[in-house]
Amino acid sequence: MNDATILSSALSRSYKHGFVTSIHADTLPEGLDEAVIQQISSRKQEPEFMLAWRLAAYRHWCDMTEPHWSSVRYPPIDYQGISYYSSPFAKNQDAVALEDVDPALLATYAKLGIPLDERLSLAGVAVDAVFDSVSVATTHQKKLAQLGIIFCSMSEAVREHSELVRRYLGSVVPAGDNFFAALNAAVFSDGTFCYIPPGVRCPMELSTYFRINAARTGQFERTLIIADRNSYVSYLEGCTAPQRDRHQLHAAVVELIALEGAEINYATVQNWYPGDARGRGGIYNFVTKRGECREDRARISWTQVETGSAITWKYPSVILRGAGSIGRFHSVALTHHYQQADTGTKMIHIGRDTHSTILSKGISAGHGHNAYRGLVKVLAGANGARNHSQCDSLLLGSECSAHTYPCIEVRNHSAKVEHEATTSRIGEEQLFYCRQRGLTREEAVALIVNGFCQEVLRELPMEFSVEARKLLEVNLEGSVG
Amino acid sequence: MNILEVRDLHVSVMHKPVLRGVDLVLHGGGIHAIMGPNGSGKSTLAHVLAGRDDAQVTAGTMLYQGMDVLAMTPEIRAGAGMFLAFQNPVEIPGVSNVRLLKEASNAHRRYLQLPEMDAMTFRSQLQDRARRLGLADDWLLRAVNVGFSGGEKKRNELLQMLVLEPHLAILDEIDSGLDIDALTTVAEGINSLRDAQRAMLLITHYPRLLDLVVPDKVHVLIGGRIVLTGGPELAGQLEARGYGWLAEEHS
Ligand SMILES: Nc1ncnc2c1ncn2[C@@H]1O[C@H](COP(=O)(O)OP(=O)(O)OP(=O)(O)O)[C@@H](O)[C@H]1O
Ligand SMILES: [Mg+2]
Repeated sequence: MNDATILSSALSRSYKHGFVTSIHADTLPEGLDEAVIQQISSRKQEPEFMLAWRLAAYRHWCDMTEPHWSSVRYPPIDYQGISYYSSPFAKNQDAVALEDVDPALLATYAKLGIPLDERLSLAGVAVDAVFDSVSVATTHQKKLAQLGIIFCSMSEAVREHSELVRRYLGSVVPAGDNFFAALNAAVFSDGTFCYIPPGVRCPMELSTYFRINAARTGQFERTLIIADRNSYVSYLEGCTAPQRDRHQLHAAVVELIALEGAEINYATVQNWYPGDARGRGGIYNFVTKRGECREDRARISWTQVETGSAITWKYPSVILRGAGSIGRFHSVALTHHYQQADTGTKMIHIGRDTHSTILSKGISAGHGHNAYRGLVKVLAGANGARNHSQCDSLLLGSECSAHTYPCIEVRNHSAKVEHEATTSRIGEEQLFYCRQRGLTREEAVALIVNGFCQEVLRELPMEFSVEARKLLEVNLEGSVG
Repeated sequence: MNILEVRDLHVSVMHKPVLRGVDLVLHGGGIHAIMGPNGSGKSTLAHVLAGRDDAQVTAGTMLYQGMDVLAMTPEIRAGAGMFLAFQNPVEIPGVSNVRLLKEASNAHRRYLQLPEMDAMTFRSQLQDRARRLGLADDWLLRAVNVGFSGGEKKRNELLQMLVLEPHLAILDEIDSGLDIDALTTVAEGINSLRDAQRAMLLITHYPRLLDLVVPDKVHVLIGGRIVLTGGPELAGQLEARGYGWLAEEHS
């Protein structure tokens, strides 16, 4: 393929989720101070403890400085130029039933392929959809309730299940954990809450779909998942945003708590608007995700496919406190055009016989910049701890880059920690081999990249691995010359 | 119409002339063998026919079924029925044999404006062919060429050929590294595709393959030129005498 056709194909296909929905919204003016936080809290009719928690976080945040230790580069963010709350509903009104929801909003989700109508929803998948700042509808709620599973928006949980929220919120990611987590704690507007009671195996995939619609708003959602003793849950989040030429901030927090013998599988397919081919616009995805295997034999697994965002900055981590607990991290991060990703994980081994596995696949194309940053920390009491890390990078083209920053701290002699890393360039020989079998250059690249990510993709539930494959293909379009 | 017509082909690799005036004409049903010492340019000829871009054609023409090969991308050549079994097939980690074959087969069908084959039919035909080559059922799920032995790679190339049913098959040392039984199986596979519409170019160092797949002609390539062409008996003579006597005549 010559340069002209590549260019035109790259230009003709664009981000397919980049439409804007025009909707009446209740949006707070840009800017942040204690009054704004009080407004958010009162609009959500929160109990007193929540407001106190938010304000404490805000005061903490005011004393913090934005971190710049990662390898990502971006112009300064004007925190007073962002609106911290945008709701597609009129003031003081929550979506009670689907009938009350603005049809334009339902149409948006249909366009994204997420039917909120339960009859249409993917069999076996319960969906919570967050539009800008507010959770719009939670499907399958009743069916789950019969098993004692709570699956609802964070706002609802704060009001209806305040004891659980009070007990667990901030227990893994404290309000003042880091700059973006503190900001989130102060202003988070919604998100998903999930509680699985002891011994219950959640019979369907739980899923949240996040969508940023309004311009100049930030999205600050907070997810809290608690798997009680010997329970199991598999959870998936997906994200999209309209195409806008200004950068938008997304600073989410996800906390997972797995109690004795419980298992949480958390998967993300992130396709926020990445910006255009010249690096204009796109989401800044600065996210804190952390899980704790709080008791013995608990398991937490993070799987992520990161194809979108102008900048991705996240390190889904596991604190392995309970003896014999297991943490896993599987990641595919694709950066194309001027996208930047600095992502990885932390595995903190506290309990004895704790095991962790890290498998990271980074793909860089165009001027993409991809860094893996990982910490494996084995504390003195973690006898028999084990970690295996594998970080592979694939480069497409000569303007992109990949870096790995593995950090290992071991304070226990019986621990075994292994780290392997490879960097390869997509081979001309592989491409030629596939083309000799009839595949176009783009098809060949997609096939080879898919193969490179195969071990991670197979961790995803079936429907989502198909979706993830497609996203990789779409996001790679125009990446070969 | 000729299937392949190569005239006065000059090719350089890294600015070094490798082929220096090759002529080759293959008719439907024809099988030609190319023999020659290491480094004489046999694989380069195969690559340039298939469209590898690190080999530059500096002069000459190549026609496939009357079409100018140089105007076609590698994938269009493949779609039009040109197939190369590689001397050193490359590994593609994480991509299963069945996946590659399915994509390849669909690409070929698109080229011919045929609808995609349904998954079940494709799978059963594929399994059938794999068994014929003595490849175990789980073969299809293994990643392309990853961890394959030398002989397994060759059998895999042949499997791809049997699936894609090319009109021009260029088999670059398909017989290297095969055990005695495998050689027989592979020869049977090649012969099964032999018919009046197809042509084949066998690159080999050993007359044994040519005993099983008998060619119409044997060419000897030395220093980038075909220095001698004969019948199938030439292979045996070369084995007995080596290339030295020819090299002297043409140096
Ligand atoms: N990528 C390359 N860079 C430099 N030289 C090359 C390259 N590819 C081929 N050559 C050279 O071109 C010449 C012909 O190589 P070719 O592979 O065609 O030989 P061959 O006849 O197939 O040999 P063999 O019998 O060993 O397979 C050799 O001298 C080889 O070193
Ligand atoms: Mg060769």
